[in-house]
Amino acid sequence: MTVLAADGASSSPLHFVEYFLDHRSEDLGLLWSHTWLSVVPVIVGLLIALPLGWVARRHRWTYPPIMSITGVLYTIPSIALFVLVPPILGLDTLDPLQVPIALTVYSVALLVRVVADGLASVPDETVQAATALGFRPLERFFKVELPIAVPVIAAGLRVAVVSNVSIVAVAGTIGLSNLGQLFTQGFQLSTPDAYYPPIVLGIVLCVLLAVVLDSLVVLLNRLLTPWRRAVAT
Amino acid sequence: MIRFDSVTKRYPDGTVAVDDLELVAASGQITVLVGPSGCGKTTSLRMVNRMIEPTSGTIWLDDEDTASMATHELRRRIGYVIQHAGLFPHKTIVDNVATVPFLLGTDKKRARSTAMELLERVGLPAHFAKRYPAQLSGGQQQRVGVARALAADPPVMLMDEPFSAVDPVVREQLQDEFLRLQQDLGKTIVFVTHDIDEAVKLGDQVAVLRVGGHLAQVATPAELLSRPVDAFVAGFVGRDRGYRALGFATAGTLSTRSEPTVATGAPLPTGSDDDWLLAVDGARAPQGWLDMRASAPAGATVTDGLLHRGGTLVTQGGSLRAALDACLSSPSGRGVVVDEGGALVGTITAAEVLELIEAREPEPRT
Amino acid sequence: MATGGGDVIGDVVTWLTDPSHWTDTRFDTGIITQLLAHVRFCAMALLIALAIALPLGLFIGHTDRGRWLVAAANALRALPTVGVLVLLTVIISPQFQGRTDTGFLIPTVIVLVLLAVPPILANTFAGVQNVDPGVRDAASGMGMTGSQVLFRVELPISLPLIFSGVRSAALQLIATATVASYLPLGGLGRFIYDGLAQQDYPQMIGGGVLVAALALLTDLVLATVQRYVVSRGITGRYANERTAVPDSRLAVLPEAEVARG
Repeated sequence: MTVLAADGASSSPLHFVEYFLDHRSEDLGLLWSHTWLSVVPVIVGLLIALPLGWVARRHRWTYPPIMSITGVLYTIPSIALFVLVPPILGLDTLDPLQVPIALTVYSVALLVRVVADGLASVPDETVQAATALGFRPLERFFKVELPIAVPVIAAGLRVAVVSNVSIVAVAGTIGLSNLGQLFTQGFQLSTPDAYYPPIVLGIVLCVLLAVVLDSLVVLLNRLLTPWRRAVAT
Repeated sequence: MIRFDSVTKRYPDGTVAVDDLELVAASGQITVLVGPSGCGKTTSLRMVNRMIEPTSGTIWLDDEDTASMATHELRRRIGYVIQHAGLFPHKTIVDNVATVPFLLGTDKKRARSTAMELLERVGLPAHFAKRYPAQLSGGQQQRVGVARALAADPPVMLMDEPFSAVDPVVREQLQDEFLRLQQDLGKTIVFVTHDIDEAVKLGDQVAVLRVGGHLAQVATPAELLSRPVDAFVAGFVGRDRGYRALGFATAGTLSTRSEPTVATGAPLPTGSDDDWLLAVDGARAPQGWLDMRASAPAGATVTDGLLHRGGTLVTQGGSLRAALDACLSSPSGRGVVVDEGGALVGTITAAEVLELIEAREPEPRT
Repeated sequence: MATGGGDVIGDVVTWLTDPSHWTDTRFDTGIITQLLAHVRFCAMALLIALAIALPLGLFIGHTDRGRWLVAAANALRALPTVGVLVLLTVIISPQFQGRTDTGFLIPTVIVLVLLAVPPILANTFAGVQNVDPGVRDAASGMGMTGSQVLFRVELPISLPLIFSGVRSAALQLIATATVASYLPLGGLGRFIYDGLAQQDYPQMIGGGVLVAALALLTDLVLATVQRYVVSRGITGRYANERTAVPDSRLAVLPEAEVARG
């Protein structure tokens, strides 16, 4: 502790850049695993949510049960879900898959409703016109309904990725290797005197990651819906 | 009485919505503001209860300057009906109607019982009172909107396209009931519409505005149709205004000829001189025309299915327009005239109605 | 290490049903005490967040001024909760040497408030903004003052959205208050972090079950409150016609019979 106390200058909150440069390869590894954990579950979640949302929309009687089950899943706190996944799926406690699986469950819970709402936002006339033009149901889903639902689904994806970045950091506190570990390190190094650089670095990288991922979804949404820009200008 | 005294509304971006408006809405009468969109009719209406403040000029409510009153107090004295009714979705129908009395601090029980009377008055059954707006059709909601505006018995009512969001059949019903209601109540009403037919039907006085907020003409409906002041008004009131003007010319007592009839349910008569025979019910109310040329099985009776119902009816003392329409719409060419009770008086031909039209006194020229 | 799923679930049930885990002992704090601590953090943070976000959201929605505040609050969501918690703790707790609890409680509550404000603010604002302009126009056109329009019309109509904001905030609070046990504070997260540290997995998973149960129960309570507070005219759960007609409340309206005739 005396070592750190003596190294007064580098404990300033603004020295997170030096801290990063000193521990570059380690920190980049944390950032990479954090990114992976934030993105993959959302993509897998969306792939599962799409058919579920389609079923909920197409067969109206399935809507209430699907929504209440996903609603309950979404209600369960993330950290509880982390520790509950292994015993329920018969995995080892602290299995590397526990966090991605829990986050996927979370993303599915959020996105099923978003997909169903997005499909509901497609005007009835449009669906009927597409049917009248001779689209088969699956064709109609991919070529008409899904593209029109993109803005609503994208709004849900933004929420999912941004909150995932924060939730993944929580997983860091139970020992998983990601940016959350910078907080654990900083906390442990802060006795007795505050040592800010890793904490600030973790916050900065998390926010940057959230902003970048959020912008990517926004960009994707714009690329997929050129007609909306045509209206806007 | 509401008086617009050189009222102008100019927006910060320079657009003039209402330009130096001079207009008097007489007490106990319906004054309709009509014009194309952008003519400032709604702006003019909303300046009366100061939902929009005039840039210059004065609006007088009887002999009070509206600008001198607190806005919420002014508004509580003025009934306000808008296009989609704007009912409060979280309140029951009866509480919606009692809104202004509640605001004025009227005892809840009394306010609700007044509200119940009003609901009846606008033609809503009492069991609607405990429903919520979302449970009502558009036409029913609009009736509640009218009842709500009447709840505090304001002498003045402002109505902003109140009937334009409902389908044509319901609209006509609402208009008729509104006119009946006004006969009883005699409110001072300013009514905004873009529909010239509605304006002509409802207005005691019609003010036509043109884009830019200029008043083009103020006149009675009959005068407006017969003597539009310029090309804009003439174009706006429409092509068949000559025909529509007949709606304001009463035919007097029509001299009808008696019409042979057959009662519904009676055996089908055979061998008639005429191709068409008028069927009436037990109260001699006309039911429709029987086509005598059509072959029917022997022993058949006069049933609804055999009747042509296309013809309209004209009430004795009705307008020349109704009389002419009755003739033109009748398959036999003879217009059916009925009395106030709906019983058959006789028939009249289009030629006879045209004679009446020809014989009208020429419009006084000024 | 590789225990079968069935055994773990059995162990968790054993842990949860052991009465000695529920009450405080000389060495351990029991479930009830930790549950109350957890609820206390969350309730405190929720009340503070409501006191901030509700008036602000109503004001911004009603006047349409200061929309940027809503956007700014939404941007807060990108902050990693744990990071902010650690940072605030490192800054604040040294000021409370000796009274360790306060030094950890304050940063925890601040983080929880930061978490709960955005959903409540955004939903309150959206609720007021989404009120049908015709309804708002009718309300002021009938002579309601600005505050009457807000409290008699805009607020009651916004309630479903406000409630969904509060429910979402409450869920996030319960989840995140768990992380407070990452600091030496009480709460249900204690079992999770202690279980992890001691490799006592039944305790850790049992803690997770308790947090999930608390979240579900809280949402159920709030949903029930919402049912009774929000007007049926908005939720669409109208009284059954058959029960509504003989309803005694209709008897005070004798005009009912007159109108039928």
